[in-house]
Amino acid sequence: MLELVTTKLEDVANWGRKFSLFSYPFVTACCGMEFMSVAAPKYDIARFGAEFPRFSPRQSDLLMIVGTITEKQGPALKRIYDQMTEPKWVIAFGVCASTGGFYQNYHAMPGADQVIPVDVYIPGCPPRPEQVLDALILLQDRVARKDGHSQLRLKREKIVLQQARAIEDD
Amino acid sequence: MSQKTLDALKAKFGDAITATESQHGDEVAYVRRDKLTEVATWLRDDRAMAFDMPVFVTCIDLLDWRPIKAPGQPSSTRPEWDPTGAGATPRFEVCWQLRSLAHRHRLRLKVAVAESDLKVPSLTPLWQAFGWQERETFDMYGIEFQGHHDLRRIYLYDEFIGHPLRKDYPKEKRQPLVRRSDLLGDH
Repeated sequence: MLELVTTKLEDVANWGRKFSLFSYPFVTACCGMEFMSVAAPKYDIARFGAEFPRFSPRQSDLLMIVGTITEKQGPALKRIYDQMTEPKWVIAFGVCASTGGFYQNYHAMPGADQVIPVDVYIPGCPPRPEQVLDALILLQDRVARKDGHSQLRLKREKIVLQQARAIEDD
Repeated sequence: MSQKTLDALKAKFGDAITATESQHGDEVAYVRRDKLTEVATWLRDDRAMAFDMPVFVTCIDLLDWRPIKAPGQPSSTRPEWDPTGAGATPRFEVCWQLRSLAHRHRLRLKVAVAESDLKVPSLTPLWQAFGWQERETFDMYGIEFQGHHDLRRIYLYDEFIGHPLRKDYPKEKRQPLVRRSDLLGDH
């Protein structure tokens, strides 16, 4: 009975989370213009509850990687991701953040997922605002289904912890 | 455009100017490395020259370079490229672009630098604004600017090995600082 209550409670919490994603815009390049367009009234990301950019990783739960990530930025990106509180989600905005895009050289990282796990990739150079909203809806589904990378990891850690406790009890 | 600056340079310094070139209104003077500071100081201080604005510094890697023979080539007194590769053509050319706001003329100084000896005098003491660009040229090509007050990498990280804009740097070679440890497993 207790288990039923906690799972249902988690569903409610995730329903709340999916409509109140606080995003941290890690804007490095020209995709930032398109990000502004999505956030502005015409496309209005506020309709999906994600209109509130927090410029502190500690207060945000959605990392938007907007633009090219260079090898030199790698440590900074990883640090920002590590500073965000669990559970957290990541969107790679545009081809550069997803795969490195047209850069195939000494300085560009071939996708932000070389450094941190990414939940949703948005193609496009830069992507249309509609694509971003589509990606946000995909991410919301993922939040509700509890299959974001960090949600899965938390779940796995919980199982390991329970197993360890069971062994201790024996 | 400003052929007269080239003529004045040659009249004043003679041997120190190894060659001159004019192309599409751009004048280029090849200067001997040991005379560069002297020539540049004169260009800055002489009333008729008055090159008061530093425009850019860069470097050209002439590895595997071939001159293109075409009719109507611009006038040049530059020595021909030596196909035997006996060291007649040094691998790098460092160039400084100057402009005079007073006289509205431009001049590019070029210094040939061999791969075995990558040192050139820095022009930062004469024009401070060359500072960052000389650092960039050092970062990308490994040219050592002697007399630069703070010569270290400007764009790349200190862990980077080599100089990426050289023609023999592998074009897709990355030198990552950080990678995910769980890339191959699930996460």
